Amino acid sequence: MSEAYSVIDHHFDVIVVGAGGAGLRATLGMTAAGLNTACITKVFPTRSHTVAAQGGVGASFGNIEPDDWRFHMYDTVKGSDWLGDQDAIEYMVRNAIPAITELEHFGVPFSRTPEGKIYQRPFGGHTANYGEKLAHRACAAADRTGHAILHTLYQQSLKHKAQFFVEYFAIDLIMSDDGRCLGVMAWNLDDGTLHRFTAEMTVLATGGYGRAYFSCTSAHTCTGDGNGMVLRAGLPLQDMEFIQFHPTGIYGSGCLITEGARGEGGYVTNAAGERFMERYAPTVKDLASRDVVSRSMTMEIREGRGVGEHKDHIYLHLEHLDPDLLHERLPGISETAKIFAGVDVTKEPIPVLPTVHYNMGGIPTNYHGEVINPTATDPDRVVPGLMAIGEAACVSVHGANRLGCNSLLDIVVFGRAAALRAAEVVKAGSRKPTLAKDAGEGAIARLDRLRHAKGARSTAEIRNEMQRTMQNDCAVFRTSEVLKEGCAKIDRTAETLKDIRVADSSLVWNSDLVEALELENLMGQAVVTLHSAEARHESRGAHAHEDYPKRDDDNWMKHTVAYLKDANQVDLSYRPVHLKPLTGDIETIPPKERVY
Amino acid sequence: MVEFALPKNSKVEEGKTFKAKEGAKNVKTFKVYRWNPDDEANPRVDSYEIDLDSCGPMVLDALIKIKNEVDSTLTFRRSCREGVCGSCAMNVDGTNTLACIKPIEDIKGDANVYPLPHLPVVKDLVPDLNTVYAQYASIEPWLKTESPEPTGERLQSPEERKQLDGLWECILCFCCSTSCPSYWWNGERFLGPAVLLQAYRWIADSRDEHTGERLDNLEDPFRLYRCHTIMNCTNTCPKGLNPAKAIGEIKS
Ligand SMILES: Cc1cc2nc3c(=O)[nH]c(=O)nc-3n(C[C@H](O)[C@H](O)[C@H](O)COP(=O)(O)OP(=O)(O)OC[C@H]3O[C@@H](n4cnc5c(N)ncnc54)[C@H](O)[C@@H]3O)c2cc1C
Ligand code: SF4
Ligand code: SF4
Ligand code: FES
Repeated sequence: MSEAYSVIDHHFDVIVVGAGGAGLRATLGMTAAGLNTACITKVFPTRSHTVAAQGGVGASFGNIEPDDWRFHMYDTVKGSDWLGDQDAIEYMVRNAIPAITELEHFGVPFSRTPEGKIYQRPFGGHTANYGEKLAHRACAAADRTGHAILHTLYQQSLKHKAQFFVEYFAIDLIMSDDGRCLGVMAWNLDDGTLHRFTAEMTVLATGGYGRAYFSCTSAHTCTGDGNGMVLRAGLPLQDMEFIQFHPTGIYGSGCLITEGARGEGGYVTNAAGERFMERYAPTVKDLASRDVVSRSMTMEIREGRGVGEHKDHIYLHLEHLDPDLLHERLPGISETAKIFAGVDVTKEPIPVLPTVHYNMGGIPTNYHGEVINPTATDPDRVVPGLMAIGEAACVSVHGANRLGCNSLLDIVVFGRAAALRAAEVVKAGSRKPTLAKDAGEGAIARLDRLRHAKGARSTAEIRNEMQRTMQNDCAVFRTSEVLKEGCAKIDRTAETLKDIRVADSSLVWNSDLVEALELENLMGQAVVTLHSAEARHESRGAHAHEDYPKRDDDNWMKHTVAYLKDANQVDLSYRPVHLKPLTGDIETIPPKERVY
Repeated sequence: MVEFALPKNSKVEEGKTFKAKEGAKNVKTFKVYRWNPDDEANPRVDSYEIDLDSCGPMVLDALIKIKNEVDSTLTFRRSCREGVCGSCAMNVDGTNTLACIKPIEDIKGDANVYPLPHLPVVKDLVPDLNTVYAQYASIEPWLKTESPEPTGERLQSPEERKQLDGLWECILCFCCSTSCPSYWWNGERFLGPAVLLQAYRWIADSRDEHTGERLDNLEDPFRLYRCHTIMNCTNTCPKGLNPAKAIGEIKS
């Protein structure tokens, strides 16, 4: 090491890494339970990506017409294309009601029905009576539901006097030799100091990795840092081949137009002005699952029916809706369409394109949020001292395709579940573990190496190459040929990380170094994503493989488990899907063909 | 002996110029404030010539292009790139705004890019927001009730809910507070428009049962009454909110 770093030590009962919806819900629950809890976050909590969520959070309140958690469960299992774990799904849809009622009690400014209840709108893939017709299930605060929830959770954290370490960048986990997580190493951007946090329980709530792609709806900070840390700790990531393309990202900028726009009556058309979704999903049309709508749009464009000069996108229409309704229920996307597409939604359609939006895959966990590292004999083996929640985790409630408004639900339900579990397994006033003398040194060495890296390629250059490969070779439709080529390309790009160059060598707010650390995280995920996709010889949910166009339950109803060694050595194995629900209140929802 | 010295980093010097690539046709110069706490140097303004034909439409796109292609040491906050997270608040062309939704074409001549004014600078375009965050916490911005929680949601009519519109959407970017002359000079004690707007958000919420206490806590010559209705705050808010009006409501 070219220079000695001094390290500040801290010990807590629990450390939460991430202050998005998942991290904050966990932090406040753990603090309220009397655990000495620290929340570490690379951005100020209300700037986390959850703030951007628009359309709503799902629960079968039935505020508009009767609904049932069983319908919600059926839709979620079907949406997941039978890759979701049915115990976790039952846990989520049943806890949706208390978790969202609690959000209202915390002060979330939900929109209201005339009776004063929480307003609910239709959302893609959510139906009443097992697919019969659309259900009103997405609880909404206009089209800024994520903002409303995230700010409220931060306010509650202030109320409970939770301890935050803001603009601290978590570098790597600290693991013991026998595989227990002991804490995390972090870097304070504000003053450049390094910190070693130890705890009984470490919770990763670091969000998704949308920025592995060139065009996505996610924020610049969505680099999946927790997933990267897990790979480096020798732990696996699960189902990484399942990447959701949202049907309506704005053409060009990639900014999202919520599915709630279609929930309020919007629809998509092709160059002939045809409402083509009627052909692909006769029952629920524009509100079919996202994978279905994105594939249909891509088919239309491929067959020459795209709109615009290059016939390469689709129109989303809202201009037939009442301007007052647009103003009250969709003010945010009206503004975004104006700013990023120059479109007045009351007059013209919005140009849209399927855009990378969500990662179904992530750190495998059980429904308590405890991280899993399976063995051949114990596919559900828990990693002691480590939890993961939110988009970083793969519980798996979303399986091969997430339903809209089920992610905000996921983050509050499993943030809460993690807090309940921690209160059970962690004793307040825990003692600092005995650390190996060199604990955390690997993380510092990694930081130091990048900080002084004087190679030939800039972070931006390597990142661009990775993003282009993902965009082209791991898209809505996939073939063996393209995926193989993608694997070869990403393996080569990953190798070139050795040759990276970082120009800024300071320690205070060195965002050049932050981006390099983030790129290493992204790259590991890109590599396992492509290799996991190449290996899966079937089509399921968001993984549409043209050489294997059918779902193959006999061979492939199983979770991919991927480990990474060195830059690009991927080790794949599989673990079974939990088909058995949590309780006897409902039977297994058996696989069948998915039509909408 | 008395020593008169300008406080460190008060004098801004002319910095480096980065020329556009040969053959660029649509060039605009971005003059960007730079200051690094790690070296002893005074702050400077670097000039970057950017070819707009290969750049996205917003000021943030230009900053990212500079960071990616010209000078990776340039430091600024950003996340959502769509005007909802409040990270990229800075002073562009003389007004406080969000770089990610500020179109470059709205700027005539050179584009001057500075950090939010009157806050300590951590580095380049990154200001220290700890004081404003502490002021936000000081108004206890959470729902306070006495009556027992119902099993279901608390009811709130659509009309009552409407009272929150224009308040709850605030993204805590602090463009408004850092444009308010009263806040510049009394920032330690005057809460400033952003925090007062949030204070009013809870006063206006039909579910909150501590309105009296909230108003009492603001009844202070400094915390509230340093607002002289100069309106800078409302004019600058990139989300089109009206903090001056909210302050007026509290005062009445
Ligand atoms: C535009 C958009 C709209 C959406 N709309 C909806 C919707 O309507 N309904 C719905 O259900 N879902 C929606 N989603 C999905 C949903 O918003 C996300 O999946 C969810 O918010 C993720 O929350 P999270 O808490 O897991 O992570 P995030 O909110 O992404 O938070 C991650 C946190 O981790 C921290 N962090 C990350 N890395 C580090 C590190 N190295 N060190 C320290 N801290 C770190 C960050 O600072 C941040 O606080 C939407 C997504 C997008 C992109
Ligand atoms: S109206 Fe009040 S708060 Fe707003 S800028 Fe003027 S003095 Fe400041
Ligand atoms: S009122 Fe407007 S300018 Fe002020 S902090 Fe809120 S969003 Fe920003
Ligand atoms: S980057 Fe989020 S507001 Fe500009």
